[in-house]
Amino acid sequence: MADALRYRTDAPADEPAVTLDAFLDQADAASVRIEAGDDVRHLLPHLARVKLVEIDFPRFRDGRGYSSARILREAGYTGEIKATGDVLVDQLLFMRRCGFDSFAPEAPITPAAAERALSAYPYVYQHAADDAVPVWKLRHG
Amino acid sequence: MYRYDQYDQAIVDARVEEFRDQTARRIAGELTEDQFKPLRLKNGLYLQLHAYMLRVAIPYGTLDSRQMRMLAEIARKYDRGYGHFTTRQNIQYNWIKLEQAPDILADLATVEMHAIQTSGESVRNISADQYAGATADEIADPRPWAELLRQVTTFMPEFSYLPRKFKFAITAADSDRAAIRWHDCGLRLVRNEAGEDGFEVYAGGGMGRTPMIAPLIRSFLPADQLFGYVQAILRVWNRHARRDNIHKQRMKILVHELGAEEFTRQVEEEFAGFEARDVDPPRAEYDRIAAYFAPPPFETGLPDEIDRSDPDFALWLDRQVAPHKAPGYAIANISLKPVGGIPGDISAEQMEVVADLAERYSFDELRATHAQNLVLPHVRKADLYAVWQALDAAGLADVNLDLVSDIIACPGLDYCSLANARSIPLAQKISTRFADIDRQRDLGELKIKISGCINACGHHHAGHIGILGVDRKGTENYQLLLGGSGAEDVSAAKITGPGFDEDGVVDAIEKTLDAYVRLRDPGERFLDTYRRIGVEPFKEAIYG
Repeated sequence: MADALRYRTDAPADEPAVTLDAFLDQADAASVRIEAGDDVRHLLPHLARVKLVEIDFPRFRDGRGYSSARILREAGYTGEIKATGDVLVDQLLFMRRCGFDSFAPEAPITPAAAERALSAYPYVYQHAADDAVPVWKLRHG
Repeated sequence: MYRYDQYDQAIVDARVEEFRDQTARRIAGELTEDQFKPLRLKNGLYLQLHAYMLRVAIPYGTLDSRQMRMLAEIARKYDRGYGHFTTRQNIQYNWIKLEQAPDILADLATVEMHAIQTSGESVRNISADQYAGATADEIADPRPWAELLRQVTTFMPEFSYLPRKFKFAITAADSDRAAIRWHDCGLRLVRNEAGEDGFEVYAGGGMGRTPMIAPLIRSFLPADQLFGYVQAILRVWNRHARRDNIHKQRMKILVHELGAEEFTRQVEEEFAGFEARDVDPPRAEYDRIAAYFAPPPFETGLPDEIDRSDPDFALWLDRQVAPHKAPGYAIANISLKPVGGIPGDISAEQMEVVADLAERYSFDELRATHAQNLVLPHVRKADLYAVWQALDAAGLADVNLDLVSDIIACPGLDYCSLANARSIPLAQKISTRFADIDRQRDLGELKIKISGCINACGHHHAGHIGILGVDRKGTENYQLLLGGSGAEDVSAAKITGPGFDEDGVVDAIEKTLDAYVRLRDPGERFLDTYRRIGVEPFKEAIYG
């Protein structure tokens, strides 16, 4: 996907992502695709072999994928999490904060537009999956 | 009250610039209306029947004179000289031009206000007891917790595309003036035997087409763990709510379908994870915020006697003034419900009068209430007469708090693109029919709440008398409900029977109240009579 936005330095996974069911059946699969209704926690016992998790957004209003990404990062997963589907520029910041580090939106987003959206806010109010420091921590050290 | 520091201000300023950019892209045609809609809705900007409507947040209903004057200026500069206080303690402007919306947000930011998350599928403005910090029946001022919650729920990365909107209400009092159990999450600050503060947590309440009263899911949540617990609630809902039917996506449906016990089990399981990750701000952050809510420097030794020789003032005093925790002080309620008026509407000039009174007589503090009135929370009893005179001169001295003409009404079909029926003209007709103040006083406490559609913004489910406007074959039809309450004696109102046209429902209310007067025990409120004798005698009076 030529238009993909990627915020990682390692080489992208070289195999296509399979469904969660297929992934659980295939002991050597390393790329998996999480649909909005899938329970990402089924993946947690197998994180050691996962290189790429694609999380699909069937509609931008469907926010289940944000929780899926957070749960993966909370479980210690450090591989790639890619947002696919109806991903809009104004959602990139929240997605990055939830642990997504690559994006393959249906409608392409230019790197400049992405950069603008990702740098819109100087501070954040809460911890997430990124290293942004919440303002209460800045206030109290 | 709370003041922004450099961080709060920078975040709100960034929001203004972001929305300015988004609006410019919309006007330039780079964004379609479909693409722009979710962006404007995150900023409280609705496209209504005749114009854009902007909803401005008033966190936990607290504001100062500087902010009220800015609200007046915005009414004059960008609207038609008035604003409308809502049932979520917010204010709405109904005649906004899209291209001016970013300027309004910029003006608001200069007085530490915003419209963030006042619409859309996110955590909405947190509502609270309008007497917080002034009433004697609370264990502590709950607003520091509300402000803490406001901050940490602003721009939540995981929870900004929720299944539907999510509403918090918070109180620390025995009397529930915030209708907490009608909210997605109701919080009541309590103190345990060890003297520690915590919350009773209620979850899964809401109105709309499926009224639900929130069950208690935690009887004591240590206050320092509030944010972890809130995230656990939001995550369970965000992950497991239906996404296939917009009418079944509110959290109340999930709580109902899972059952309170199973929902609670799942929340507690998530909560254990959040606790282990230590996600709550430290106590020092609560202390920093709480310092802003320290009680104002009340004078001591003030007299409690009030000169009641002016009979009109005495009437106002008995109805509109509530006891204060500090000797010599009182809480003054300002009615925004004149006979024949639009509930919650206020002109720019009136806003300025109220701002002046707050500055001079109430330690520069004001409150908006979910019943669409205003409050001067800290007035010296000795100043009440002067306050009343100024209110009277401004047309703000109506005497009807919690009486038949103190009606909650949604904007209805006069403004709202979702409405099926008009609410405002009906409220005007009811208050005109029952204009006589002696009759109003005789009828006693009575909460009439009108919604112009099933979405229930006018809280009809919680009305002692509720009215629901529906569309029946192209004509407006009004269903009458009885027996609801949003207070600590919470209950859902029930439909009496077939609906009425506009005049018919006013007649039906009159018949209901005539029956109440005949059937009540001495000193009994309408709601209590209804609960004692049931709906049948009223049905007979209405339909018999």
